[in-house]
Amino acid sequence: MADIGYRPERGLPQRFERPGALRFTFYVALAAFVLWSFQGAGWSFSALVSGGPALVDFLSRAWPPSAERLPQLAEALLETFQMALAGTVIGIIVSLPLAIVAAKGMTGPGIISRSLYSGSRLLIALFWTVPDLVWALVFVITVGLGPFAGTLAIDVDTIGFCGRFFAESMEDAEKGPSEALTAAGASKLDTVFCAVVPAAMPSFITTSLFALEKATRSSVVLGLVGAGGIGIELKVAMDFFDYQLAMTIILMIFVLVLCVERLGNFARNRILEGSPR
Amino acid sequence: MAQAQIDFAGASAPAKFPTPVNSAGFRDLAVQGLSKSFGADRTVLRGVSFSVRAQEAVALIGSNGAGKSTALRCALRLVEPDEGDIQLFNEDVTSARQHRLRKLRANVGFVFQKHNLVPRVSALTNVIHGNLGRSGGIRGWSQLFAPVSLRERAMHCLERVGLADKALQRADQLSGGQSQRVAIARALMQDPKLIVADEPVASLDPVAGHEVMELFHKLTRDEGITLLFTSHNIEQALSYSDRVLAIKQGEIVLDGASNTLSSADLGKHYG
Repeated sequence: MADIGYRPERGLPQRFERPGALRFTFYVALAAFVLWSFQGAGWSFSALVSGGPALVDFLSRAWPPSAERLPQLAEALLETFQMALAGTVIGIIVSLPLAIVAAKGMTGPGIISRSLYSGSRLLIALFWTVPDLVWALVFVITVGLGPFAGTLAIDVDTIGFCGRFFAESMEDAEKGPSEALTAAGASKLDTVFCAVVPAAMPSFITTSLFALEKATRSSVVLGLVGAGGIGIELKVAMDFFDYQLAMTIILMIFVLVLCVERLGNFARNRILEGSPR
Repeated sequence: MAQAQIDFAGASAPAKFPTPVNSAGFRDLAVQGLSKSFGADRTVLRGVSFSVRAQEAVALIGSNGAGKSTALRCALRLVEPDEGDIQLFNEDVTSARQHRLRKLRANVGFVFQKHNLVPRVSALTNVIHGNLGRSGGIRGWSQLFAPVSLRERAMHCLERVGLADKALQRADQLSGGQSQRVAIARALMQDPKLIVADEPVASLDPVAGHEVMELFHKLTRDEGITLLFTSHNIEQALSYSDRVLAIKQGEIVLDGASNTLSSADLGKHYG
């Protein structure tokens, strides 16, 4: 571009703000911690390279996949998806009221409201931070081995996931419609259900479908601790070095998760463009 | 021009619109000594006092940040005032408890600059929401659950603003002018005695803005609804009001009948 010869009187502003000494020290410490974490995690390029032949060996022994137990595996896969679906649906239903109470500004200023707000946030934080595998171990002890334990673990995990994101999306919802309904004399409950929930609905739908995708992946792993589904089949196949069967299971899981993801995308687009109510 | 006397006794100002039957000095809204600060260093209203008589159209003008919107919001306690007394339909708003406040608000249709419709739901559902102050609950949440009588009333309100054919269109797919008319229909659903409109045409093009102001004019003239609106447009303020209030730096600096004021008089209060 040609130089037009214009020179601003006050010069150009700096592209970046120069950090202060404290901030600079923080950045350096953060970078050092990240590098240290690589060391702590045992990250090794040499191990990665030397593991290559073992991976090739595994793949050669796993190929072609075995079609021996296909009907039983299909049944286990269906059970896996059923666990994911039932767990997600119940999780979403429970998380919605919990998220309403846990979202800032949705409840009143009274002591009871504040207690409910704090309690619900704590519960969501607990469900969100403890991994689903831990919940599965707890529920295997509580209700015994099988898909019910897995479904409960997915319930709790979904409540934590959806509760957090539902609450955040309600907090971020445009305030104008709520103000309009408040000005018209609507109660807090009416305002939440008529203005806040519809405004947050796209986010609810997206979060719910992500929760289903997440639950589908989780339900595979939960089987490893005896919480039902195809996971246990994968563990047995690996333990018995039946890599061809393991490959079949891995491919089936891949197809299931891919289908759920694609269906989720399709449903998301259809629902978000849908007709009004 | 000298500042006009602020009238709390409710003496009638010369009306541009045909004098309604019941305008004998009854004040729909009276505000006295209203003050509001946001933090220690941002005082928006400083002892604002004004009143709006029944079936009167009053324009509140002033530059950006003068305190127009805050004054309207404080009048309904959408924003809590720091000081001052507010009377709505001769009832004290300042000390009203939540339930009573909701009942008082239900008689006031508030129209916002950005329409504030609920997106993703139909125009009809948005209009039905106008009834929530009178009758809440799930039957008022959506046109899907609303009883026939409520749907009929909502359709009538849409007909009054000329948008019956858009009843089932999503609110976020309407044009700016159509959205504002749906917002007015929502206000009409309240069967309001008073409509408060905060810069109702500021986000509209001139044609849509004119249509909306004509609609307000018709409601004031034909149905005797009291109107208090804020505007940046001096000509509009003069054309569509009986009385003009000007606010500057949080204080009312002018209160006069619009047929005695000129654009130049009002122009002084900007900047």
